[in-house]
Amino acid sequence: MASPGRRDAPEPPDFAVLKRLARDQLVYLLEQLPGRKDLFIDADLMSPLDRIANVSLLKQHEVDKLYKVENKPVVSTSDQLCFLVRPRIRNVKYVADVVHADKAAGRSRKYKIIFSPQKFYVCEMVLEEEGIYGDVTCDEWSFYLLPLDDDLISMELPEFFRDYFLEGDHRWINTVARALQLLSSLYGPFAKTYGIGRCAKMAYELWRELEEEVEGDSQARRPEIGHIFFVDRDMDYVTALCSQVVYEGLVDDTFRIKCGSVDFGPDITSGDRSIKLLLNAQDKVFAEIRNEHFTNVFGFLSQKARNLQAQYDRRRGMDIKQMKNFVSQELKGLKQEHRLLSLHIGACESIMKKKTKQDFQELIKTEHSLLEGFDIRESASFIEEHIDRQVSPIESLRLMCLLSITENGLIPKDYRSLKTQYLQSYGPEHLLTFHNLKRIGLLTEQSPGETFTAVESKVSRLVTDRAAGKLTDAFNSLARKSNFRGISKKLGLIPRVDGEYNLKMPRDMAYVFSGAYVPLSCKIIEQVLERRSWLGLEEVVRLLNGNEFAVTDPAVEDNPTWESQRVILVVFLGGCTFSEISALRFLGKEKGFRFIFLTTAITSSARMMEAMTETKA
Amino acid sequence: MACSWNWNPLGEQTFYRRSELYSMAWDLAEELRDCLMAAAPYGGPIALLKNNWRKEKSPGSRPVLEIYSAAGLPLASIVWKSGQVVQLGWTASEDLLCIQEDGSVLIYNLFCEFKRHFSMGNEVLQNHVLEARVFHTEYGTGVAILTGAHRFSLATNIDDLKLRRMHDMPSLQKPPSCWAVLFQDRVTVILLATGQELYLLDNTSCNAMTPPGLSPQAGAYLQMAVSFNYRYVALYTDTGYIWMGTATFKEKLGEFSCDIRAPPREMVWCARPRSKQRAVVVAWDRRLMVAGNTEECIQFVLDEDSYLVPELDGVRIFSRTSHEFLHEIPEASQEIFRIASMAPGALLLEAQKQYEKESQKADEYLREIKDKEQLSEAVQQCIEAAGYEHEPETQKSLLRAASFGKCFLDRFSPESFVRMCQDLRVLNAIRDYQIGIPLTFAQYKQLTIEVLLDRLVLRRLYPLAIKICEYLRLSEIQGVSRILAHWACYKVQQKDKSDEEVAQAINQKLGDTPGISYSEIAGRAYECGRTELAIKLLEYEPRSGEQVPLLLKMKRSKLALSKAIESGDTDLVYTVVLHLKNELNRGNFFMTLQNQPVALSLYRQFCKHQERETLKDLYNQDDNHQELGNFHVHTSYASEKRIEGRVAALQNAVDEYYKAKNEFAAKATEDQIKLLRIQHRLQEDLDKPYLDCSLHDTISHLILDGKHKRAEQLYREFKIPDKRFWWLKISSLAECGDWEEMEKFSKSKKSPIGYLPFVEICVKYHNRHEAKKYAARVVPEQKVKAFILVGDLDQAADAAIEHKSESEMSLVLAKCSPAIDATVVEKLNRARAQILKK
Repeated sequence: MASPGRRDAPEPPDFAVLKRLARDQLVYLLEQLPGRKDLFIDADLMSPLDRIANVSLLKQHEVDKLYKVENKPVVSTSDQLCFLVRPRIRNVKYVADVVHADKAAGRSRKYKIIFSPQKFYVCEMVLEEEGIYGDVTCDEWSFYLLPLDDDLISMELPEFFRDYFLEGDHRWINTVARALQLLSSLYGPFAKTYGIGRCAKMAYELWRELEEEVEGDSQARRPEIGHIFFVDRDMDYVTALCSQVVYEGLVDDTFRIKCGSVDFGPDITSGDRSIKLLLNAQDKVFAEIRNEHFTNVFGFLSQKARNLQAQYDRRRGMDIKQMKNFVSQELKGLKQEHRLLSLHIGACESIMKKKTKQDFQELIKTEHSLLEGFDIRESASFIEEHIDRQVSPIESLRLMCLLSITENGLIPKDYRSLKTQYLQSYGPEHLLTFHNLKRIGLLTEQSPGETFTAVESKVSRLVTDRAAGKLTDAFNSLARKSNFRGISKKLGLIPRVDGEYNLKMPRDMAYVFSGAYVPLSCKIIEQVLERRSWLGLEEVVRLLNGNEFAVTDPAVEDNPTWESQRVILVVFLGGCTFSEISALRFLGKEKGFRFIFLTTAITSSARMMEAMTETKA
Repeated sequence: MACSWNWNPLGEQTFYRRSELYSMAWDLAEELRDCLMAAAPYGGPIALLKNNWRKEKSPGSRPVLEIYSAAGLPLASIVWKSGQVVQLGWTASEDLLCIQEDGSVLIYNLFCEFKRHFSMGNEVLQNHVLEARVFHTEYGTGVAILTGAHRFSLATNIDDLKLRRMHDMPSLQKPPSCWAVLFQDRVTVILLATGQELYLLDNTSCNAMTPPGLSPQAGAYLQMAVSFNYRYVALYTDTGYIWMGTATFKEKLGEFSCDIRAPPREMVWCARPRSKQRAVVVAWDRRLMVAGNTEECIQFVLDEDSYLVPELDGVRIFSRTSHEFLHEIPEASQEIFRIASMAPGALLLEAQKQYEKESQKADEYLREIKDKEQLSEAVQQCIEAAGYEHEPETQKSLLRAASFGKCFLDRFSPESFVRMCQDLRVLNAIRDYQIGIPLTFAQYKQLTIEVLLDRLVLRRLYPLAIKICEYLRLSEIQGVSRILAHWACYKVQQKDKSDEEVAQAINQKLGDTPGISYSEIAGRAYECGRTELAIKLLEYEPRSGEQVPLLLKMKRSKLALSKAIESGDTDLVYTVVLHLKNELNRGNFFMTLQNQPVALSLYRQFCKHQERETLKDLYNQDDNHQELGNFHVHTSYASEKRIEGRVAALQNAVDEYYKAKNEFAAKATEDQIKLLRIQHRLQEDLDKPYLDCSLHDTISHLILDGKHKRAEQLYREFKIPDKRFWWLKISSLAECGDWEEMEKFSKSKKSPIGYLPFVEICVKYHNRHEAKKYAARVVPEQKVKAFILVGDLDQAADAAIEHKSESEMSLVLAKCSPAIDATVVEKLNRARAQILKK
């Protein structure tokens, strides 16, 4: 559906500078502890660190040995220990244990904790309570933003989702605001800001306050990013709960993409080692299939393989000179492509094996009927059977949530029986899991009058209070209904089917879910950008529980001829899925926009469910 | 020329001028000699302590401390109720130091408001202060004391008090005849004289000094003077001889002999920077003498008691009626105003005057300067000289001349001219007798505009200070905002106005001026004991983060908490929460948190990791039975190890869940208790780990172990749905390969899940043979699927044909490979054709 006057999307800004900034600061911090030292790294920071600095860089700055922060006694013999950690109490206690152990052994060393991306007061408090405040020096590594790809920046804070949406803990909002400040100082100022969600609003307001504090040097810079759009994850849980069928999402669902790279095991590499593959636009094969519906991928890859073969075949009939040319210039590229191709084909096979089974077909069918609101009873029994057969605890949970959220809660009978089945299958600790899911609004019971516990009713009264009004309360989601059916109808999220949906030539964003459903989050963004405001979306906003905003910065020249006006930064608070990214990339291509994604972390249905799950460990 | 009428020559090259600054506005009843006095340098205020010496302390003659501006306008006064004052002195920041006999030093601001006090130490307290000096060095303001025991103690910086006792004098019998503080090589030392001897005292030693070139007949020292910059020393002896030299006593600068034997009352240096002439001013009761390294001296008659205030570039002389300035005429002024001067500046001034008279002589003068190519020098001279004049008329005529001369120059940067005009405007404004700060240009430059503004603020001359800032276009943060903030801090001290009024007045004036910190002003209000006002002012503070620390200080913790939450800074919230935790009792603390969900969530997060027990208390406080139940459930598997402990924790959870009316959770937990007990028994009976398995896994393990009875028992006990149990049982049986039992089970009753799962499970465990047994029993609708699963395409085809289902036929067809299953394919194709025919 090429629109007339369609323009090519502008190029995304260069985000490499973010990496450079982070690297330089890290080096500076390491130099602050002169001499040889051992570095202990938070497991969660390992992959991000890997993308910023390699081991030789660390060695250059006198890092001797590298350890992972884990619950094991420290074997280091160095006189200086440096801890690179997220600002969590758990980590501080770990350091405290190390220091106490050393003290008991009469050993004196220097300790330094580098908190990334920032230090929290609680951390210092714990240091104080543990009585080691004076023994340890603290620093901050302001590594807020990790560019994972040309158009994708992650804060690598998966705990944001649980901390904010479940626990009502607001501390990461400040981190987001600071990250935005950094982005806007490098690529802004942004002419127009849109957003929806309480967290979005808070992050926006906090960010503005930070900007005002340092206001002064707002020279008329030419922005590289024109607009910014904030979305809270709780605006749209449905999309995140659906099975992903676009290649990149499917790879994530199947193999887990971690910090932009994936580990392919021996079954895929058809070797004896697993291979770590960076998945981004640099991978020419991947770049072409990442946003494709899975059904197209295999065909594409085999075509690609044939082309490759043809290129290899050109060797025949070459004279020596041509051959020399070929070997020196093309062969390397071909070999590289060959390698990538075989890896992706391997991955495809592995996915096919899992996904083309009848089970998967039925699963998708159930999901689609949930989205459309047909055959609810059948779906409920499918889920029950799913649990009974112990297929997968996370999957079962996901289906239950999807049923609840599309139906505005489960009917009491299902609510009870599904939970009972689940508890019997997977253990009583999931009583707490269900409590979490209820609190966050993912798995609730349909009933005319919600029974509020004491705190919760108090909370709802407090929403009108000034202080509480500005920041959200933790339990907001409880009083909220998902209203998915209504929203879906208003926005036309379920495309009318006339004939087969052509997945090869998609006509809308629904292709990322096989044409069955247009992702809600993406649809909202599309609608608002089209109207350049929230006008006309009042009913949808009401169903989504409001908190929408649209602000034009009068200080910024809104020059429509600038390419940057078509560059839009979408900020997902609580994570976004690869399907959403693919959908918006598609939208961008259609409308001549360039979407840049800033997310607190890449998420998926499994990650979301795991975040809500209580474990015994 | 008219301007040089009051010039007095000293030697060939230099002239001194004594000009009146103000006629004093004070109307003093007493003689100045009866008062203790101190005048601050840089045109600062004058402090008088009256009745200090009277011994009888009748109410009418109590000592009174009065402070006046340099023009004699009263600034403030108080009745002195403290001890006997020996010496007054001003600090560099214009605070008044009152040094008492007992060595305590009281500090007042220039409005006689007490600021603080400090003591010069025990030794001084015991021996009393005999004499004291206040001195200024680059370290700040210092105090030197001569005690009754004839020892010296000093502190170099009163803001960072470090007392130093100096080495003993050679003779402790009588006090020195005169002494002074010297500052050499960053060390303060004391120069003292007894009789004909001169000593330099430092911490560790006492060295006799001999001034080079001192006249042998000099006699005993009576008086000494140290220059403003501590570089020069002058000594006066009882033979009327004055020696002048460097403070290092390495070089003599000059000497002078007069015939006056009477001891002078005061002697100070009078020199301007970069002058060749070094002169001192000596004052007796009725006589004033300026003496330099010359034959002659200048003498003035004094009509009344006068006192000298040394300045950077001259000496101020004040008496009951007048305030004068005595200084050496600077070079530029000399050049222009000296009689018959032919200097370029003088000619330019004349040229301009002639030009005003419309005389052609103007051109002649101008030509003369231009011919010598001295026009730019002439302009420069006029500008510079303007700075040295006190009279606006003279300033103007010089500036007019400069401006006139500038017209004939192509390239002359206007900056110096403009700057001088601005500076003079400022200087004239502050010299005004209402303001009374008689700064000279040189002093003003030395002091800098920032300090001058501070001084105006100290005098509460806010409007003038703001006008100056605006006039000089100083940046808001440095200028106007700072002054407004000071004004506001002063305003909050006005106790006669209501909180509301003051807060409004301040906000009206300050508005959103950048660089204004309302929290600072509020802090001041709080210091003055006006908490309510402070809170009102804090409302204007746009950054909530700034409000919190003060609110905490004021013990408005709850307000601080809401402000912290409003700021969105969780660190700030934690700060307040912890503060509250220490400040309030537990009950109140929890209550406060319950009303602030954001803070509560944060504190819960903290407790979850750090103090789990507190978490329980938190929920208890709030009767949050649901969370309490969850808490106990968590305890049952996370912290309790013993089976009894776990059961007990779960039992607690059950109780709480019932209280929370969450029957589902209560029942589920009761089931769990039951299960735990059973598992415990199983573990003991079978010696296998059963604890911590889910119900499903427990049964599955039992089946795997062949304990079908026990499995059945659990199935009934926990009312496991049939479907579920069947699924469970057949997958477990398949897993352990007990096909026989499976077959038995399949025949025990009609399967609630049908027989397709049997087929599937057999196939999953690669037992086609068994699978086929069940395929036959599958309901007709699923038969095709079942036969495909077991790989019997022929039967699958039959079933599909029987159903007349085209889709099923295609399904089977898709599974067929033409080579092997040719007959099946043919059969199917035939059937399809038949269907189509119909």
